[in-house]
Amino acid sequence: MSTVEEIEHGHEVRRETPSNAVVEARNLARDYKFGDDNVHALRGVSFDVGEQDYIAIVGPSGCGKSTLLNMLGVIDAPTSGTVRIRGHDVGSMRDREATSFRLHNIGFVFQRFYLMPTLSALENIELPMSEAGKKKAERVERARELLTYVGLSHRERHRPSQLSGGEQQRVAIARALANKPAILLADEPTGELDAKTGAEVIALFERLNADGTTIIVVTHDEDLAQAAHRRIHMRDGLIVDG
Amino acid sequence: MRFALAWSSLRRHATRTILATLGVAVAAAMLLDMVMMSTGMRESFRELLLSRGFQLRLAPKGTLPFDTDATIENTSGIITLLRTNPQIITISPVLGGTIQVAIGDRIVTSAALGIDPAVQGDYELLSGKNPIADDAIVGNDDFLRAAGARIGDTLTVSSGYDPQLRTFAGSRRLVLTGRVRFLYGATNQLATAMRLATLQQMSGAERADDASLFMVKVRDESQVEPMRLWIEKQIPAVSAISTATALAQVDQRLSYFRQLAVILGSVSLFVGFLLVTTLVTVSVNERIGEIIVMRALGVSRAHIVQQVVLEAVALMLVGSIAGLGLGLATAHYLNTILSSFPGLPSAIDFFLFQPKSAWSALGLLALSGIAAGVYPSFRAASLPIATTLRQEAIA
Repeated sequence: MSTVEEIEHGHEVRRETPSNAVVEARNLARDYKFGDDNVHALRGVSFDVGEQDYIAIVGPSGCGKSTLLNMLGVIDAPTSGTVRIRGHDVGSMRDREATSFRLHNIGFVFQRFYLMPTLSALENIELPMSEAGKKKAERVERARELLTYVGLSHRERHRPSQLSGGEQQRVAIARALANKPAILLADEPTGELDAKTGAEVIALFERLNADGTTIIVVTHDEDLAQAAHRRIHMRDGLIVDG
Repeated sequence: MRFALAWSSLRRHATRTILATLGVAVAAAMLLDMVMMSTGMRESFRELLLSRGFQLRLAPKGTLPFDTDATIENTSGIITLLRTNPQIITISPVLGGTIQVAIGDRIVTSAALGIDPAVQGDYELLSGKNPIADDAIVGNDDFLRAAGARIGDTLTVSSGYDPQLRTFAGSRRLVLTGRVRFLYGATNQLATAMRLATLQQMSGAERADDASLFMVKVRDESQVEPMRLWIEKQIPAVSAISTATALAQVDQRLSYFRQLAVILGSVSLFVGFLLVTTLVTVSVNERIGEIIVMRALGVSRAHIVQQVVLEAVALMLVGSIAGLGLGLATAHYLNTILSSFPGLPSAIDFFLFQPKSAWSALGLLALSGIAAGVYPSFRAASLPIATTLRQEAIA
């Protein structure tokens, strides 16, 4: 464990962070311009995520959950503050560096799955590995391994339109894990699913975490939030609990 | 993987892709036809001029070969003068005229050439023999058909018709010795050839030593221009035209054709470009969610650009290959119509297929395909990821 000093909510605080932190966020702020207005989506957020953590970020709509997730996923940069993932300051990365970092270190799962409709389940999982320059045989072997892991080995040649919502989300989770990322980020992963298939995805996340994957989910789903080991409650761009 | 994604994206809306490909094919066909037309007639003319190896043509001053019935006098004197120059290896004098052949109670009128059968460069013998004897004549298929004549037949041939006196300058019985194809003959033109002296004699006393044209072979190719200048200096009544100067004159006369071809070709290329740009832009707009997720997953901007440009180039190339066939078919059809223009040698092609032309057209279309993919690809690659994801989620 190490100790850091920082200003939070206008007060100096001492916080102990795990020395094996995968994510270190410090005083993250993000402002957006909407016409003449300056909207403060995040207003100084700090927290750490350790290896094998399973964190749920919860809070009302518009509280800054997705903005925070975008910064952890290196698809948006903070207006001020820093985000370090595995020791890399990802907030200051240029596009090319950030893209490469996402490819090798971040796994994304979206509410709407966003699988490529013209590719099969297997090919969808191959996509990030192809981008990372892996050989075809290696890609296929890894994609089959992941399909088996998510329980869809019998669906590898199926297109997304031939899969149920739950199956599509499981393929999307397999795709997110293709390049063995440092963290898996999920934005409302059960938002488009019914209770039964949502429960299957929740169970899959628990199994993934038990097998060593660090997971951060943004959710309104109480069941999914309860399954996480730690919950970060947000309101008006600030962490209010967690 | 990028090829697979580009290909699958085109297949996703198969009907739309096929229609766009057909549009590109039409534009490509037109471009190919225009490229073929801009170079075809000139190249065809060049091949025709060089087909028998004569580098110089002597025509009456101020005219082009094939243009006129004007004649050069003192043929024998000119031949004697030309033979004094050791650089000249072959001289082929030609006299153009018209003959009337009496077939029963009807008259068949035909073009006639007086030539030196040993060195002539006006026709190819298809069957029979050259008109070596003074009383021999050869004809093309159109003449043979119109006269109902066969090799071996004897024909009553007249020339030098005077419409006021309704008389002929000369009339002879000639034996049809061969069937020939004239290199410079117009489509469906009835044509015959006989010895120069025979036609001169039949054309009357005033044409007894006339020729319409001399074709000259020079020993050394590098001596063609000096020889041309020498001939013009020695024989002021003629213009000596080398293949190069003839082509320059043809070029001048065909400049309108070429301008038209360049304008229509450019329009075709631009239409193809707009068609592909529009289609690919629509396709990108429909797939914004997928593209932005690919970016979020770590697919680089360069690879997004490549994928979209690949789609545009694939569309353009498939359309171009289809357009190549369509272009050749339309060029063949148009060539058949244009080649029957009165007064033009049927061997002249308006649309001449040259692999270089096809490659040029394909190259231009491929470049246009790349250009067509530039705008939609940069639009796709430059989308802000977080903002677009939020907009997609709201949508």
